[in-house]
Amino acid sequence: MPEGVFCNKTPVSTEEGLLALLGDKGGRQYYDEMSRLEVNKEALKATLDKTCKSRFRTWLEICAHCGLCADSCFLYLVNDRDPEQVPSFKIQSTLGEMVRRKGDVDNAFMLRTMEIAWSKCTCCNRCGMYCPHGIDMGIMFGYLRGLCFSQGFVPWELKIGSGMHRIYKAQMNVTTEDWVGTCEWMAEEQQDEWPGLEIPVDLEDADLMYTCNAREPKHYPEDIAEVAILFHITGEKWTVPSEGWEQTCLTLFAGDWPACKAQTENVYAAIERLRPKRVVGTECGHAHRCTVVEGPYWAGRRDGLPPAPYLHYTEWVAEALRTGKIKIDPAKRIKEPVTYQDSCNYIRNYGLSEIVREIMGYLVEPGYFVEMWPNKEHNYCCGGGGGFNGVGMYRKQRNKALLTKRDQILATGCKLVVSPCHNCWDAIRDLEEEYEIGIRWSFLKPLLIKMAIIPEHLLPKEEEEEE
Amino acid sequence: MYEFLTGPALWLTFIIFFGGVVWRAVWYVRGLDWQMDRVAYGYHNDLAIKGALKSILHWLLPFGSRCWRLKPGFYLLFFTFHIGLLLVPVFLIAHNVILQERFGISLWTFSPRVADVLSIAMLVSAVFIVLRRIALPEVRILTTFYDYLLILISTAPFITGLLCRFQVGGDYHFWLLAHIITGEIWLIAVPFTKLSHAILFFMSRAQLGMDYGIKRGGKYGRGLAW
Ligand code: SF4
Ligand code: SF4
Repeated sequence: MPEGVFCNKTPVSTEEGLLALLGDKGGRQYYDEMSRLEVNKEALKATLDKTCKSRFRTWLEICAHCGLCADSCFLYLVNDRDPEQVPSFKIQSTLGEMVRRKGDVDNAFMLRTMEIAWSKCTCCNRCGMYCPHGIDMGIMFGYLRGLCFSQGFVPWELKIGSGMHRIYKAQMNVTTEDWVGTCEWMAEEQQDEWPGLEIPVDLEDADLMYTCNAREPKHYPEDIAEVAILFHITGEKWTVPSEGWEQTCLTLFAGDWPACKAQTENVYAAIERLRPKRVVGTECGHAHRCTVVEGPYWAGRRDGLPPAPYLHYTEWVAEALRTGKIKIDPAKRIKEPVTYQDSCNYIRNYGLSEIVREIMGYLVEPGYFVEMWPNKEHNYCCGGGGGFNGVGMYRKQRNKALLTKRDQILATGCKLVVSPCHNCWDAIRDLEEEYEIGIRWSFLKPLLIKMAIIPEHLLPKEEEEEE
Repeated sequence: MYEFLTGPALWLTFIIFFGGVVWRAVWYVRGLDWQMDRVAYGYHNDLAIKGALKSILHWLLPFGSRCWRLKPGFYLLFFTFHIGLLLVPVFLIAHNVILQERFGISLWTFSPRVADVLSIAMLVSAVFIVLRRIALPEVRILTTFYDYLLILISTAPFITGLLCRFQVGGDYHFWLLAHIITGEIWLIAVPFTKLSHAILFFMSRAQLGMDYGIKRGGKYGRGLAW
């Protein structure tokens, strides 16, 4: 069968199509159709000719087959050093083979390639730091996912994710009304405790524009309230856009290149419309990578920079602490062993390792911060990166992958893990659920609110005083 | 025969070798695409240059990268192999005599003893590199016939060179010709095979260094953190 009803080479771009695909529970029909999906070899060859350029071809060709990348990959280590998990083997037997055969590959090859691209690599880019030739398999896997997507070979959940972005410009079905409504609701809810707190929507020329991850309005609206509280405490002139507020891009995990471009442009349009001095994103590492690190390239910005300076949340927090806009009550600092989960996306792939340690310096009583090992740029993936967390079909492999982080955390002896990245946060939550090691984990926002000294004038007025 | 091999054939070898290496480098740079690679080439030049240099130097300096520090044994094999491979052909006195005769140039040379030691060390490390390929499952799975062929092409001039120098079997002339032929094959193979990493190693490392320098942490003084 060439094209299935659900599994085909056309991305989902209508609401009906999306609902129908969602209705195919667990993707049963979808994967069944995939097992017979034909490969359009000419199209694959044409894409390879056009997009697989000297960097990738060189990487594939000069790989010395030395195996030094093996130990760098947490999936190789956690899967009992299975030789088939060696990064070089994974990429050579998929993308390498596809390039050597000039796209002349069949259904079985694509099925296997899909499995490797999404369940044997989280695109954490760690191997690239350990290869003498500087061969970055994570980047190549990102590219390979794009090739798979264009041929219809993509896990069901990610086809849905791509559809969500195409339809709602968000990774979940959150409409503009839902979003603005949530902001109003959250601002209202806080009035008793934080009189005068606002979540200004579409304010032009603000100092800061805030963007987030759709899961916040959808499942964790209190996160938006926390953002507002912290901006309220620091007295920020800030705003959120009614359109272009979603900073994540599941399409990047899915390999849906055109939708990555559209998604980024949506956020950049908001920046251009509202002209904020700076933009600050949420704690999510993936969101930062999509919109700030890779986004400028999707959007065709030659200098590789977004239209306005765009901070990761930790950069804003560090600045607020450094300048005294947020003052921490020494009595409330963390006084138990605590560790930090360095996210691949904003640490290894963006360089904020020292900035987050600066933050921990403010929040943790000296002597209580314990580093994971390895850490900073060399930290292992949380176990759920690159979309791994969200794909039902690979749940078993994902749970196995979580063992790496579990053991790293256990080795610190800490019961508290600070994990700003949403994806890492989810992985750590799941590993506690799966392996019950008795840990707690937290974003930065709730910790900051708990520890900050609240300026007198922001406190709710006592009833007696009012009389 | 000797005249031909060290005359026109050598000229041709050098032309193919240098021409091929330059062509590889040009092909590489021309194939870079700022949008596909997602690296703003031509912008943020200070970060790019710093990143590129850091990326190359740390892999050349002894134990300069975390990977080398974690694998000291392999590091020693690898460096002994490459140092012998690069230094001996260039600084050997016998080669420089030919250079002087044929092209009228000559470089500094080291004593034949040093050359012997370096060549033998290089061959010994080659043996261990091969054994490692066979012994370790994570390397075995990657290894193909082509890898062994390249090791053979790269070591053959050294094997024949030593046999020639010590006149094994008394047949100096035979080993000399074999040495020159295998040497020329080796040089010609560079641009056409994976041995092109002689130049592409630098290109690839510089590119990744620019990637990290320009967009992955360079501006925070991090990036490829070793
Ligand atoms: S470390 Fe690099 S050169 Fe060695 S096998 Fe891995 S990818 Fe290839
Ligand atoms: S990018 Fe990460 S998960 Fe993927 S092969 Fe490399 S080290 Fe393994």
